[in-house]
Amino acid sequence: MEANRVAYGKALVEIGRANDNVVVLDADLGKATNSIRFKAEFPERYIDCGIAEQNMIGIAAGLAASGKIPFASTFSVFVSMRAVEQLRNSVCYPELNVKVVGTHAGIECGGDGATHQAIEDLAITRSIPKLSVLVPADHVATGKIVKLMAQHKGPMFMRVGRDANAALYDENEEFVLGGSKQLRAGTDITVMAIGSMVSKAVEAAKILAGEGIEVRVLDMYSIKPIDKEAIIRAAKETKGIVTVEDHNVIGGLGSAVSEVVTSFEPNVVKKIGIQDCFGRSGESKKLFALYGLTVENIVKTVKEIS
Amino acid sequence: MIDVKMVRKKADRMRQLALEAIANAGSGHPGGSLSAADIVATLYFYKMRINPKQPTWPERDRFVLSKGHACPILYAALAEKGYITLQDLKSLRQTDSFLQGHPDMKHTSGIDMSTGSLGQGISAAVGMAYAAKMDKKDYRVYCLLGDGECEEGQVWEAVMSAAQFDLNNLVVIVDYNHLQIDGTNEEIMNITNVSDRFKASRWQVLSVDGHDIEQIGAALDEADRLTNGPVVIIANTIKGKGVSFMENKVDWHGKAPNSDELKQAIAELGGVL
Repeated sequence: MEANRVAYGKALVEIGRANDNVVVLDADLGKATNSIRFKAEFPERYIDCGIAEQNMIGIAAGLAASGKIPFASTFSVFVSMRAVEQLRNSVCYPELNVKVVGTHAGIECGGDGATHQAIEDLAITRSIPKLSVLVPADHVATGKIVKLMAQHKGPMFMRVGRDANAALYDENEEFVLGGSKQLRAGTDITVMAIGSMVSKAVEAAKILAGEGIEVRVLDMYSIKPIDKEAIIRAAKETKGIVTVEDHNVIGGLGSAVSEVVTSFEPNVVKKIGIQDCFGRSGESKKLFALYGLTVENIVKTVKEIS
Repeated sequence: MIDVKMVRKKADRMRQLALEAIANAGSGHPGGSLSAADIVATLYFYKMRINPKQPTWPERDRFVLSKGHACPILYAALAEKGYITLQDLKSLRQTDSFLQGHPDMKHTSGIDMSTGSLGQGISAAVGMAYAAKMDKKDYRVYCLLGDGECEEGQVWEAVMSAAQFDLNNLVVIVDYNHLQIDGTNEEIMNITNVSDRFKASRWQVLSVDGHDIEQIGAALDEADRLTNGPVVIIANTIKGKGVSFMENKVDWHGKAPNSDELKQAIAELGGVL
């Protein structure tokens, strides 16, 4: 078990070794995002922009315009909101090769409270043209997705949380832009989850199997582009879909899935997530219980539409 | 040696082309285009190491028009340099044109950075200057800021960072024409002692008459010799410079001249429509 942000820091070092053009920027949160690991090996390619996220994204744009592959990271709440217009106008509009990484996303951020818990970042980034949006579920996925980001040309956003996640994948697993992973086969209901919610979905599916409900579990790590085919298949082949995300139920995974379902294969989509309210301080485990991001709630919601 | 007469001629020609383009489009920003004309002309026809035949030449000097709304004057310079055609200028802001209302680097040859949202270009210029240092290249990055633009907080984040990173290959020019959309800088949001603000952030500050080609050229040359960090040139300018009825008139920030006004403007600039 390893936090995705730790995997991010480690992967940065690997891609930095493979490609001299990789440059890493942070906004005085390198220790928290783990980007500081890159600084230890490549100090000349690490830029601490200080507590100034808007400037950081602009600098990243200038670096990309000069042939660099900048990875700019800080807490998701700051990069997706304070610096969103810079991301839109200086990075995405000119389609510059900037990689943005938001850490400590969702209420999982915990003790810091609502001010630091990005529950809107997916809604915001997803709506910006040209920007790809990725949410890895474990450390293996994170490492692979960071490598994918370094290879793929164009603006990309990756969202990770704060805590260590249950390991789901072995080292040989491959991830592609626009893909998803089926972690369990099932023909009754489909549960689609992202990030730290994926392992909860798997757990819930095991419980439901014991009660005779066969749940298909999909890790929808590529929020944009999204795996339309997998969603359409789920809408066709199962009775309904439950989405699970540590994000507002408005605009995130649930919305992305609903957009496909309403356009191609109407079916029920139940959304588990933050019910359009702000978070609060607390241990992430207790916050998940408080806001319904639990195995029990997934089980209950699946039963409602079975 | 700067050929002052030639650059001045280019500047006035660019003024005419910019106004024609704006008039043809029916919208755009003449005031700030005219105040920046002599600065842009001196950069493109004297100072910058560029090659229109190789717009993405890695060794080229970069220009970032952070006050992106003044792009008609930049487009005019690009047309005079041969990056785009005079015919292209006529398509400004049209649905089928690549010439956008604010610079689009993806579709316009010679544009180094897409800008338009104020305060953002200077950060990108910092990134470009940083990249030059990393790559041990000797190109310079020039960035033109508006005075009203200096009200954006991001400008000062960028100013702070350029000094922190010792970017002595970055030259910022402030087009200090004292006017913004709703009135004077002083009335709306005073950027008092803008030189001191840069000085306090450890920048080297030069000041020129922004319509004196010789002074602008000399300051750009002086900037080459100031190697102790980034340089700012405060260019004291007149909004609408060169067209009597536009000079110092806030109303000409963002409206197109009608055909009679265009005719008079072109005549005043020594041209014929």
